[in-house]
Amino acid sequence: MNRLFNPFSPLTRRRALQAPVAALAAGALPAAWAQDTNPAAPPAPLQIVGPWEISGLAPASSGYVFTRMQVTETLLDAADDGQPRPALARLWRRSADGLVWQFELRAGARFHDGKPVTAAAVVRSLQAAQVAPALLSQAPIESITAPDEGTVLIRLQRPHTALPALLAHSSTMVLAPASYGADGKVRSIIGCGPYRIALLVPPQQVETVVFDAYDGPRPAIAAVRYLAASRAETRALMAESGQADLAYGLDPASLRRLQRHAQNPALARRTAVRIASVTLPRTVIVKLNAGLPALRDVRVRQALSLAIDRAGIALALMGDESLAATQLLPPMLGAWHNLDLPPLQHDPEAAARLLRAAGWQRHSDGLRNAQGQPLHLVIRTFVDRPELPLIATALQEQWRLAGIAVKVSIGNSGDVPRGHRDGSLQLALAARNYANVPDPTGTLAGDFAAQGGDWGAMGWHSDAVVQALQELTRTQTPPERTRALRQTITHTLQTELPVIPVAWYRQHVAVAPRLAGVTLDPLERSYRLTGMEWSNP
Amino acid sequence: MNPLLSKPWAALLGRRLVQVLAVSLLIGTLCFLMVRALPGDLAMRVAAGRYGYDLVSNAAADAVRAELGLDRPGWLALLHWWRDMATFNLGQSLVSQRSVWHEVTHHLGATLRLSAAALAIAFAVGVPLGVWAGLRPQGWVDKASWLMAVVLRALPPFLLSVLLVLLVAVQWSFLPAGGDESQASLVLPALTLGLGLAAGLARVTRAAMREVVVSPFFEFARTKGLSDWQALVRHGLRNAAVPVTAYLGVQALFLVEGALVVETLFAWPGIGHALVHAVFGRDIPVVQGTALCMGVLFVVFNLLVDAACLALDPRHTQKVAK
Repeated sequence: MNRLFNPFSPLTRRRALQAPVAALAAGALPAAWAQDTNPAAPPAPLQIVGPWEISGLAPASSGYVFTRMQVTETLLDAADDGQPRPALARLWRRSADGLVWQFELRAGARFHDGKPVTAAAVVRSLQAAQVAPALLSQAPIESITAPDEGTVLIRLQRPHTALPALLAHSSTMVLAPASYGADGKVRSIIGCGPYRIALLVPPQQVETVVFDAYDGPRPAIAAVRYLAASRAETRALMAESGQADLAYGLDPASLRRLQRHAQNPALARRTAVRIASVTLPRTVIVKLNAGLPALRDVRVRQALSLAIDRAGIALALMGDESLAATQLLPPMLGAWHNLDLPPLQHDPEAAARLLRAAGWQRHSDGLRNAQGQPLHLVIRTFVDRPELPLIATALQEQWRLAGIAVKVSIGNSGDVPRGHRDGSLQLALAARNYANVPDPTGTLAGDFAAQGGDWGAMGWHSDAVVQALQELTRTQTPPERTRALRQTITHTLQTELPVIPVAWYRQHVAVAPRLAGVTLDPLERSYRLTGMEWSNP
Repeated sequence: MNPLLSKPWAALLGRRLVQVLAVSLLIGTLCFLMVRALPGDLAMRVAAGRYGYDLVSNAAADAVRAELGLDRPGWLALLHWWRDMATFNLGQSLVSQRSVWHEVTHHLGATLRLSAAALAIAFAVGVPLGVWAGLRPQGWVDKASWLMAVVLRALPPFLLSVLLVLLVAVQWSFLPAGGDESQASLVLPALTLGLGLAAGLARVTRAAMREVVVSPFFEFARTKGLSDWQALVRHGLRNAAVPVTAYLGVQALFLVEGALVVETLFAWPGIGHALVHAVFGRDIPVVQGTALCMGVLFVVFNLLVDAACLALDPRHTQKVAK
């Protein structure tokens, strides 16, 4: 080699290296400026981030996104305990025989396209909501009519006490006539809530602003953005970085980190993210096929239940020991939570005794019955709720300790109802929402019907439960009788265990420090944006 | 003479056009057969995709089956799809009920923006580093770029993205951690993808540069009196660019593969994320449409790479002409 090759003789190394770094910084800087908030400008929109994607505009698919963002309203609303409350209907009356329901609309209500909310528009939305799987299809409706501009009349074939609850479900949200295309499908979301859509980019993004012509008090938060982010870690990091003001659906690890930061004064000053929590009417259950010879014996089902360490699962996988289910329906469903029931317990010895009494013997490869046939079970679950596969594997191990061999099969949520229909299902782990509509009666009546339910009993039924649920659905029973019927139901479910409760749920939301007045809806019907305001810095 | 009419170009374009047609037909049909062959009931999966786990039930699946005619035989559906393809109609999503073209362009547009930004970063970081390292082998830039390549290629994209978010978004509050609402949201996912690519690019550029520098023609350029800078610009860079361009063509795969993880982590509305959702929801038209567009895009991208190589290396033109 002769002289050293040096093309950059007038340049220094430092200057040559600075070039790419400067180029990168130049690309990023305008973005960083864009993030800087000008103190005189109005605050940036309230940013919500959650796991729920907008899978379509049909009210039954994604209506809940728009009711939660208070873009659309339903005829009735519900209090935290599920009691019906006025919403778009100012008041309602029921005929003495329970067959005719009359709803009077708020006179000043307007759709976001400026047109008044007429009874005819409500009738059209409700009729569209009568198609399965929208829940209104469960009600024995004879007709929905509009006798005048401001009244909606619903006639039933037989009394149905859960009607107000069904009319509070997001699939019955009221849309303007202009929302529907020529084929009857929803083409745009024109509601009548306090916020109107400013931008809608399915499947991820919605932006709303205050609707000026709303007939209620004007909300303090002027603009709101919703972003669907499928990873829980992403949502937590968005909250921590100050990008999201409300982050729904936190995973236990992120939750613990945020809680630790909130308690540590040095870190709290920097992130200052609070955690708000509320218990949900949702229970992790093991649905089981009681029609199988092995599971028909109630002692085997009780043994399966006794072998579960619920406190351990609740603490390790859901971040809170108190979520261990002592019965099917959680305490937040006050009217249905039965304090007289003996709580479900973890007792491996009692489980072993029950299995022996049922004729099962322990072998090296698991349990075998008196005829020497082995007990091999498969538990199906799905990934839509990230904790379910983890809980399934915990159950697998706990049952293995009891000598019961169980295989975990992780698939799609549809596999559970399908296995119910074709009879192939043995065990399934699911997270059942007992307040899909504010009153759990309808959900329970479906789950524990005589022929069983897609997400409830399978190969099991109790006449007492079926009759009690029928009476609760069809007649307006006096309070004493109602209580007695509910007790019959919860007591039978606890002793017979057609589904085995594992854990209850608590919703955790990361809340930004600039936000005040945050309350959470236990029924997950609304983000309650109208009650929030910016806190003074 | 118009270069597009010259023989090597025409041959290249013709070959790629046939490829596009064959790839489209093959991909669409394969996707259809594969999704149909997946276990699980089609109508139930679509119902679960549409209504979520709280409302999915046998009643919902029956309604979906009746609405979409899913109980008709599979070959009939495939015939319909071929007929639609002939009229450039990609059909309607089974889940969202919007047109597949709309879904694909929305998601593909986001992925292309992300990929372009990642490529720009890879270029800005990888090429200068590689050229420098190639000119000064065993120098500290060479060693540093080697170390960077090892570390960045060993780090999986999901780890790199979490580290970047923790540092840049959480610690410094400098850039958003996710979403796509502003241009700033693009920076972190693009960095995650771009840095990995830059690492490889730097090493390939270094090797290409090294080969050029020790070659007789380069030595001759310097001997005939060109300055080092002139020799590099006129004879070095163009020769080194050929293998680098070919490498980028191969790495397009890496971008799309990495995009899946990165898009999910950054809540970026891209095609990888959409494709996974479509497969889970058995949304056959979306799977077909997405795979088709990606396949065509690969062919087009390869065409561009080939064209760039042809333009860079005149010897190639003669070879193709022969």
